[in-house]
Amino acid sequence: MPSLKDLKNRIESVKSTRKITKAMQMVAAAKLRRAQEAAEQSRPYTERFNAVMAGLAASVGGSDSAPKLLSGTGSDQVQLLIVMTSERGLCGGFNTNIAKLARAHAQRLQGDGKEVKILTVGKKGRDQLKRDFGDLFVGHVDLTEVKRVGYADAQGIAKDVLGRFDTGEFDVATIFYSKFVNVVSQIPTAQQIIPASFEEQEGDEASTLFDYEPDEEAILADLLPRGVATQIFSALLENGASEQGARMSAMDNATRNAGEMIDNLTIEFNRSRQAVITNELIEIISGAEAL
Amino acid sequence: MADTVQFDLVSPERLLASAQVTAVQIPGADGDMTAMADHAPTITTLRPGLLVTEGPDGTSEYVVTGGFAEISARGISVLAERAIPKGDVTKADHEAMVKEAEEALENAKTAFENEPGPVDDAAKLLADMVAVGDHITV
Repeated sequence: MPSLKDLKNRIESVKSTRKITKAMQMVAAAKLRRAQEAAEQSRPYTERFNAVMAGLAASVGGSDSAPKLLSGTGSDQVQLLIVMTSERGLCGGFNTNIAKLARAHAQRLQGDGKEVKILTVGKKGRDQLKRDFGDLFVGHVDLTEVKRVGYADAQGIAKDVLGRFDTGEFDVATIFYSKFVNVVSQIPTAQQIIPASFEEQEGDEASTLFDYEPDEEAILADLLPRGVATQIFSALLENGASEQGARMSAMDNATRNAGEMIDNLTIEFNRSRQAVITNELIEIISGAEAL
Repeated sequence: MADTVQFDLVSPERLLASAQVTAVQIPGADGDMTAMADHAPTITTLRPGLLVTEGPDGTSEYVVTGGFAEISARGISVLAERAIPKGDVTKADHEAMVKEAEEALENAKTAFENEPGPVDDAAKLLADMVAVGDHITV
């Protein structure tokens, strides 16, 4: 049975924890709004880019001279997994879910006899994958110092990845990130970025015949590296929104749990105080009776 | 009054401009072109340069560094990697861009010693970047 003093201390400490989680929840909510806006504003670019690329890829894709970024190296022996996670913890299952998906993917590839290489973005995912795949890491991108993810960050990652591709370090690259659906649900997603795959869009858009200047292949060669950067950028933004969403609901839960805990502790505190008073009374009365 | 056409200027981070315009001057990789309403559907890559739009509300100018433009029946979309309204470009911005291009040229020189193609491209990029400086009056 803890003493009254102990109980009081515990109540106080849980109360201050609740204050912290509440504050974190509100900060996450504000950041989430910003992250969502950023994701929204990048959408027109991504959509149009993909539409143009789909058209181009369809017209050039069949030929032998198609760039390697589009047609692949003809092998899928060496696989690069780009695992994007957050730099900070306390965001529920966010990082764990991404790491779990990446781990399952890596194990399946290894089972098929493929060589796996891992590039991590964000230190939380790195920490989680280190034990199982530490020797497969080929690089790490640190975004701790980055307050707001910009296109330049995505370009930096893309440059690194493309450099590795050019030197033949890998054949297929897949990015792992979390798609933002809403505050309570983020879906860990795997997306292949090299060789590029663009979804054909049905409709009149695809049937328009464009003049290309310079020719189609030159444009494609110019745009494919940008496409990689664009996909990484939109994944980073989705991930940013997901992280804040996950943190917000995790902190909401924590705040509620702390509230419950405070209620329980307060009841226990009151009971033991009452017990102490009753005890003292009994002692006094029995002392008086004995006289 | 000439016909107007929908014009969108988007960068990866946001939609910069969306307006009805009568003509757009695009710094295409193979040369500048002016697109007006009912232009033939065209896709072109951009070189660093000045993008000028003319519309009922006056003209506006942007410095773009690369990307591509899509001219279709629906309108003109310019997807620029970086686009800044001309008035907002500072000398420091321009110097940073030129420096970046210079570094790219150096890298290309070391990476492609026996291939003139990429080196020439990088040199052209640098020349274009420098030329942008003539447009901005700082």
